[in-house]
Amino acid sequence: MQRREFLKISALLTGGLAISGTIFEELLAMSDEDLKAKFGVYPTYCEICFWQCAGWTHVNKDGVIQKITGNDKDPHCNGRLCPRGTGGIGSYFDKDRLKTPLIRVNERGQQKFREASWEEAFDLIEKKMKDISVKYGPESIALFHHGSGGKYFTNLVKAFGSDNIAKPSFAQCMGPREVAFANTFGTGLSSPEPLDIRDSKCLVLIGSHLGENMHNAQVQEMSDAIDKGATIITVDPRFSTAASKSKHWLPIKPATDIALLLSWINVIINNEWYDKQFVETNCDGFEQLKQHVQAFTPEWAYGITTIKPEVIVKTAKEMHDASPSVIIHPGRHTTWYGDDTQRLRAVAILNAILGNWGQRGGFYIPEKAEVPHFHLPEFPKPKWTWKDTTGGKYNLVDLGLSNAIVDASIPTKDSDKTKQVKGWFVVGTNLINTLPNTKRTLEAIQHLDLLVAVDTMPMEITGWADVVLPECTYLERFDSLRVSQNREANISLRMPAVKPMYNTKPAWWMARELGLRLGLKAYFPFKTQEEELDWELKEIGSSLKEMKKEGVKIVSKPEHELYIPKGSKFEFNTDSGKIQLYSAAIEAEGFSPLPVYTAHPEPEEGFYRLNYGRAPMHTFSRTANNPNLTDLMDENLLWVNPKIAKIWDLKENQLVKLKNQDGVVSTFAIKVRITERIRHDSVYMVHGFGHADARLTQAFGRGVSDTEMITNVMLDPIMGGTGMRGNFVTFVTDVNA
Amino acid sequence: MRYAMAIDTLKCVGCSDCVVACQTENNVPIGYCRDWVVEVTEGTYPQLALENRSERCCHCENAACVRCCPTGASHKEEGGIVVVTHEKCIGCAACIQSCPYDARYTHPDGYVDKCTFCLHRVNEGLKPACVSVCPTKCMYFGDLDNPESEISKVLKNRKWKLLIPEAGTDPKLYFLV
Repeated sequence: MQRREFLKISALLTGGLAISGTIFEELLAMSDEDLKAKFGVYPTYCEICFWQCAGWTHVNKDGVIQKITGNDKDPHCNGRLCPRGTGGIGSYFDKDRLKTPLIRVNERGQQKFREASWEEAFDLIEKKMKDISVKYGPESIALFHHGSGGKYFTNLVKAFGSDNIAKPSFAQCMGPREVAFANTFGTGLSSPEPLDIRDSKCLVLIGSHLGENMHNAQVQEMSDAIDKGATIITVDPRFSTAASKSKHWLPIKPATDIALLLSWINVIINNEWYDKQFVETNCDGFEQLKQHVQAFTPEWAYGITTIKPEVIVKTAKEMHDASPSVIIHPGRHTTWYGDDTQRLRAVAILNAILGNWGQRGGFYIPEKAEVPHFHLPEFPKPKWTWKDTTGGKYNLVDLGLSNAIVDASIPTKDSDKTKQVKGWFVVGTNLINTLPNTKRTLEAIQHLDLLVAVDTMPMEITGWADVVLPECTYLERFDSLRVSQNREANISLRMPAVKPMYNTKPAWWMARELGLRLGLKAYFPFKTQEEELDWELKEIGSSLKEMKKEGVKIVSKPEHELYIPKGSKFEFNTDSGKIQLYSAAIEAEGFSPLPVYTAHPEPEEGFYRLNYGRAPMHTFSRTANNPNLTDLMDENLLWVNPKIAKIWDLKENQLVKLKNQDGVVSTFAIKVRITERIRHDSVYMVHGFGHADARLTQAFGRGVSDTEMITNVMLDPIMGGTGMRGNFVTFVTDVNA
Repeated sequence: MRYAMAIDTLKCVGCSDCVVACQTENNVPIGYCRDWVVEVTEGTYPQLALENRSERCCHCENAACVRCCPTGASHKEEGGIVVVTHEKCIGCAACIQSCPYDARYTHPDGYVDKCTFCLHRVNEGLKPACVSVCPTKCMYFGDLDNPESEISKVLKNRKWKLLIPEAGTDPKLYFLV
């Protein structure tokens, strides 16, 4: 098609009358690239999960979003989005979206709201924030966040004078891993994890169900590794998809992983299957480790894990044979049993002695773009933070604990009246289905003077808010650049493909408007996010114009080395510059400097351990109403072993409610899926279903919320994570009871 | 030219990305699909095997649906791709009855719809949407008559199976095992 013709048609389709002469001339003056951006594809990166794959939003000739595809240059996705990214359009078209600001008109929990203007909503928030600040201090405002919008509210809350800021992705997810690796290798792993899976010869997955969790590039690389004949070893009480791709599936008894890890370390050390030169050059504490693991023989582990000694030895040998191209996958959601930092320490140690750091097929050395931020004034120093309310615990943690902020919101007779959280901003995270022990979360909410929820959907948390601020979806807004580590440093742009639907706004704008009202203008120097993006991009030799065309830019420095020469000394960010097999820092906090196994409670008769996980087409509870994704899966099922189903006379698809060890009965019922893929001592469900807010018309009442059943929270004493796999459930077959 | 598709069941994780990508590419209404994923578990705990298969129209050489179509709406395009011309389709569903793979459905607008191997993309030199999106790269598409094509090579080097070969339809959807 000739360009002029294209323009004419485009002008007609976008409502010819609405396009004035000057705009039309402006269109004619645009380059072909800009036109493509104007009437075709727009760069974005996905907001449906934390992996943030870069892609293109395609707008059809009617100006309507048609599809989203991956950006070929993006190392997070290599041009291939996962089902959630492809189905991300459903977040835009979802008819249940939040459409305008809401203000609560009744008591909390009765979920009565009136529609409000942005002015009214901001007026109310401003007033309440000031009231709280006068009465309790600015520190009493807390922020929980997940996703892109969180950054702007972090800026707001810090500028206001509080550092009570937490992401559930830490204490409910990655925290133990990050603390364990920081106290072994001197650095957490961050995201995407620097795992060289594509060239790995042996990939060990411990409860990590790649393929069911669609951590995109990792799933792709697992597939590459399968193609290249890699050995996969999966440790999982459930026959996961990954287990089905594995040479060795170790159907471990739940909650015994540390015993297996210790015996693997025992076998690898005693058979001299570890990387001697690497250990000598780069590790501290090997002799203590060797001595420590002597008791943990495969025979010892067999009695605990139910994994046969010869299987433990054989799989350890596989790791050795593949080393250094071997990865003991550190996982991501690691808050299981409360001794999670110790378990992840064992994982870190096992990786370390196999000498895979900085090696092809092991851990690569990641690179991250250095993008300067506009210089802001110093944030006021808060008088206290959540840490001051925990009685001197968690000194190895430098990120906020959501659960500690919840605790600090519930006054007790002993709690310090000068350190109370009274206001919450909850941005892009549905705390009701995210934090274990829903009852406690709700109790905390009832003590608040202000709860502001920012979301695109009427998630449960918005039902408890005083003010609900409707965010437009990622397809309708700019956001900060995506700057994540990878094999090569890269940046990615998100720009709107269409105008925001309804009366919705980007979080960037909301935070700034509130900042201006609170006299914090200096912390919000840019009038639009485009200005800010352009300023940042120009600092690194690019521009908004360029990124609109490219979407992703690789900004790797030539001196960056992905691997370190085998046998060389590497400077780790620890006190001694070496890997800490023996952690003096953990010892100084009063915990075992080397990982130990502790037995965990087991289910009583008639009860089954509640395990939960992910489905490839959903992200936690946030996609449970997405029309495209619910078309693939619209409820979770309860996996039950056939033997157990027989005992209980359960039939396939029969609806049951669940009752846990504390007597909590699920609000909704769940269909039974009778399958050999689950052990007799546990049941399994996909996390994120059983939504209780009727405004989520697709998701309401479908399946059971695992979070609701998790009332026994096993706190990790080292880092405060909430271990969630120590809950046991039984079946309530009379669902109307 | 004979177009065919192969799915590597050793790599497929059953994520259903192929299904969503097809829906958004081809305006398949929510609630319907041109492709779908089948999961088959065999054995008893812990001796288990699991197979995931992304299934769709097999674009059979001997296509029952084409033979039984009273209006000629179901027909073959170049390369053996079986397509329904929506305008010619009267929605009688004889083809749906005849298909051993249950690969067709009646679109809410009244015509019968099914996988086209994304003919509109193939004509532009692109791969079908499902093949392009698959995160595990478990899907192969190409010309069986070209011995140098990726699909010819993979079928030569790997074991494969067909679905319901006894139906005698000579399907063009291969599953690598």
